[in-house]
Amino acid sequence: MDTQLLILFGAVFALLSAGSLTTWILMRRREGEPGAVLLNLRSRCNAWWVMAAVFAMTLVIGKTGTFGFYALLSFLALREFITLNPTPRGDHRTLAWVFFVILPLQYLFAWAPWYGMFQIWIPVYAFVLIPVRSALAGETEGFLSRCAKIQWGVLTCVYFLSHLPMLLYLPIPGYEGQNAKLLFFLVMVTQMSDVLQYVFGKLYGKRKLAPKVSPSKTWEGLIGGGLAATGLGAALSFATPFTPWQAAAMAGLLVLTGFLGGLVMSAVKRSLQAKDWGHGIPGHGGVLDRLDSILFSAPVFFHVVGFYFGDSMARVYPMPDWLSRVLMPFSQ
Amino acid sequence: MKALLAALVRAVTGVRVGVIDGRPGERSRIYFANHSSHLDALVFWAALPEPWRERLRPAAAADYWGKTRLRRWVSEKVLNAVLIERLAPSRERDPLAGLMAVLNAGGDILIFPEGTRQPDGVMRDFKPGLFHLIRRMPEVDLVPVYLENLCRILPKGEFLPLPLMGAVRLGQVVPGLKEGEAKEVFLQRMRLAVGELGGNG
Repeated sequence: MDTQLLILFGAVFALLSAGSLTTWILMRRREGEPGAVLLNLRSRCNAWWVMAAVFAMTLVIGKTGTFGFYALLSFLALREFITLNPTPRGDHRTLAWVFFVILPLQYLFAWAPWYGMFQIWIPVYAFVLIPVRSALAGETEGFLSRCAKIQWGVLTCVYFLSHLPMLLYLPIPGYEGQNAKLLFFLVMVTQMSDVLQYVFGKLYGKRKLAPKVSPSKTWEGLIGGGLAATGLGAALSFATPFTPWQAAAMAGLLVLTGFLGGLVMSAVKRSLQAKDWGHGIPGHGGVLDRLDSILFSAPVFFHVVGFYFGDSMARVYPMPDWLSRVLMPFSQ
Repeated sequence: MKALLAALVRAVTGVRVGVIDGRPGERSRIYFANHSSHLDALVFWAALPEPWRERLRPAAAADYWGKTRLRRWVSEKVLNAVLIERLAPSRERDPLAGLMAVLNAGGDILIFPEGTRQPDGVMRDFKPGLFHLIRRMPEVDLVPVYLENLCRILPKGEFLPLPLMGAVRLGQVVPGLKEGEAKEVFLQRMRLAVGELGGNG
């Protein structure tokens, strides 16, 4: 196994140990019942251990495992999204198509990989299918907003997220076979950016950034946490195809897109009158509460890295032979 | 096998009932719930902690759950259901006899007092069965239950369930039939008890 990846895992292990130890000491020093903030911190820490372990495992077990894992994450995220969106009966069959056909095929095309179809399967074919199936069901009330909600859910939870494992295939000259570390870079910087913004916001936060959309976000948190996460990205450059300055720039891009993704998903959540997307991860809320910042950063990071450092995906990954035999059985 | 199926249903629908007041078997219970999906009884059964699940015998419509081999297997072997004749001509016998036998033997039952599934998830008036049961068996506990979102997971007329998240909201034991309480007043009080759990009166 890649020794650099082992170093990265070791760093995460040390970081989580430090977090758990701090929480433990804080709980010991406090007399009587621990407060709600501490209890939340402890359950958050515990959940981070599980999430980090699962994430590390998917990077080790190889491509099929990774794509399977992100397909499952997309599934859980979309499930939370649709559950909070009150869809009427007329959308039942449309949603069955979304969950059981559109989502698995997106990950099949990604895993294959058939880059051209991966890019257009959802924005073209699925987006045609969704309103057509709902129209055939015959319910017209709120038709446009119903279709838009389902399409938005599929776009963010499935299409955007599927760009994350797709980083494994991104052809970067001189970096062949090491792309798992690129995936690690994205997830590490985005998640640490969230955590650091939260910490800086709690310590120094004064000026609210978007009080209506996300009351906990402050300018001090964004700038302090963002700079710290950018520094972390620069420090991780040894494991990436980037120089330290390039890594800092890419980390800055992740901070910005991650922040904006979180902000947008927060606005969506609030428009649905909810505080959390679900209750699947103790202390964190739902899967989407943890993924919201990655949804926007994954596709942007994928394309920017591809543009500056990679080869053309479309040329490197045309339709695989086995798929062309399935789809065009009569041509020679 | 049963525990596995219950775990599977919980995983798919995301439902769970936490701690329940009292000990199983202290007093027999009538759980009464809103009805919007064929999944209702199965999901409620799966959501209960195991000692409570073992004691439960849900009421199920004989004209649906007795029809095919699969349904009969689920209702008899898994849910341990009491099949009820809903259709008038075959109701020679006392329709409540089966349920009363369960309560007398110390078991718990689940009934859907609306009588049939409501397609839009909006609760309708309760049929008088619950009133007759509690009048004849005043010493059992009445527990309201609200089943949320199940009509979206499997609505009336669909065969493929969606993997959405549902919820089972279990209420506190409500007072039984009061001295001189009229049938309509009692049924309305019970309906409100279920509705309040769902956040609407």
